Amino acid sequence: MTIFLQATVEGLSLAAIYSLVAIGFVLIYKSMDVLSFAQPALAVVGAGLISSLAVDRGVPFWLALFIGITLTGVLGLIVERTFLRPMVGEPVFSVAILTIGIDILLRTTLDNWIGLNPRYMGDPFPTFGNFGSAQFSGVTIKYLEIAALTTAILIIIALNIFFKKSKYGVAMRATSFDQEAALAQGINVGRIFGLVWFIAGILAAFAGFFITGGFNTLSQTSFVVALRALPAVVIGGLDSIPGAVIGSIIIGLTQGYVAYYQYDFETITGITLGNGFSLLAPYIIMFVILVLKPDGLFGTKEVERV
Amino acid sequence: MLSVQNLEVVYQDVILVLRGVSFEIPKGKIVALLGSNGSGKTTVIRSITGLLDVQNGDITKGNISVDGEDITNLNPSKIVEKGIAQVMEGRRIFSELTVVENLRLGGHTNSANIQNNIDRVLDMFPALKDRQKGEAGYLSGGEQQMLAIGRALMSEPEYLLLDEPSLGLAPKLVDQISVLIQEINKQGVTVLLVEQNANMALNISDHGYIMETGNIVMDNDSQKLLNDEDVREFYLGLNAEGTKRKSFKDVKHYKRKKRWLS
Repeated sequence: MTIFLQATVEGLSLAAIYSLVAIGFVLIYKSMDVLSFAQPALAVVGAGLISSLAVDRGVPFWLALFIGITLTGVLGLIVERTFLRPMVGEPVFSVAILTIGIDILLRTTLDNWIGLNPRYMGDPFPTFGNFGSAQFSGVTIKYLEIAALTTAILIIIALNIFFKKSKYGVAMRATSFDQEAALAQGINVGRIFGLVWFIAGILAAFAGFFITGGFNTLSQTSFVVALRALPAVVIGGLDSIPGAVIGSIIIGLTQGYVAYYQYDFETITGITLGNGFSLLAPYIIMFVILVLKPDGLFGTKEVERV
Repeated sequence: MLSVQNLEVVYQDVILVLRGVSFEIPKGKIVALLGSNGSGKTTVIRSITGLLDVQNGDITKGNISVDGEDITNLNPSKIVEKGIAQVMEGRRIFSELTVVENLRLGGHTNSANIQNNIDRVLDMFPALKDRQKGEAGYLSGGEQQMLAIGRALMSEPEYLLLDEPSLGLAPKLVDQISVLIQEINKQGVTVLLVEQNANMALNISDHGYIMETGNIVMDNDSQKLLNDEDVREFYLGLNAEGTKRKSFKDVKHYKRKKRWLS
């Protein structure tokens, strides 16, 4: 039971991180019809900015966190304005490839700065020692995991309110539903795209921080974690925010359970799955779900008339 | 006054859709723009509201001005701010959103007065009031058209451009819509009514323009157009009693007439 709870807690905190990146994917997909492969890069760049401010420049941690996350949002805005705006009306395929280019550009720049040694994110609670952890009847919960979960839940609630109540939130939904009709209402669609990327950047930066915070550290391979949000969105359906969250939970929990139960499975069945199978498991789930439901669990079915 | 001068529009750099269209919509009037499919009526509306870009179209000549101020090629949100709202062809409501959200979107550029305007529009359309929290996609066709018109009124426009509001509606609903348009006009909104239903459009408008293949071929007071022999023949499907339907030769006659009118 303890192991089960431990695996659940870790799985859910991973799910929180994935859902932050995944929602960014979905927002961009819904508004521009493009799967942006630059999302993981934005996540690690966000982490890099926080680290550079908090550790290298000695900015107080909370301020560094705030500035780093905001700057990543602004970076998303700049990427949209300079690279993607001129591509409006171009084939979706070209735009998707362009986002791979942006991903490589951002990551090589960041890798150059990271260098060989892993970077730390700074520590707001030195007494706990790198965020620390708590014990609940044998289950170890890292404070960072709690923080990731609460942040993700708060952000999802905030986004929900934003989409229902705020002028720009409703405009964003309208734009993703029918761009032309949105234009006709006097909505500045360009500004909406900018806002989408700003929000996606902020979400990515939060995820980047939780991926690399504490003892996890930021290294040249950190982005792989953020990339695992991709199977999450594919499972949930590319155009559904609840789908992205549920997809993330599926991926996160799978990863958690596989990590903890793989050894038992191997000893009982005698099948060797190999090291780090938990990292592979999400992609296997994605494969199975795609075979059964090509549009994901919650995705809108594409109807194409020939 | 909204005036369109000598407008020429080209789609995808090669397809000439409007060639020298000029007309005026005087303040406080209802002006009808009639024409068959593909004559360029919707393109005229798109050029006024700045939506040509989406369809890869360009204004290559001419200009559009509202009360003397040039608005050619302004971006769509600026044009809405100048007091020009449109009801798009086929209604184009946001069917996944609720009725009230649709209205709020119509008031996107006019957020100061939004609650007042929502109340005003809902009072105007009692059918919408009952279903204001419901998804707009579940409204009937007539209600959706009401919603589309209500949404356009949310920006408190001076000019309302209606693109085929009678499309796909039952005759009784068409009557309702035409009464509504007159009502809106009485409240001080100038209306451009683009229609295929010539009978309805000419009956409620002050002035009518008739378009064919990118040209305006005729314009006159609506009452005079209603009594015009050619218009009766080709747009109202009426001909003088006892005569046979005109043949193609007469269509040619009509074309000749077009030449010296334009």
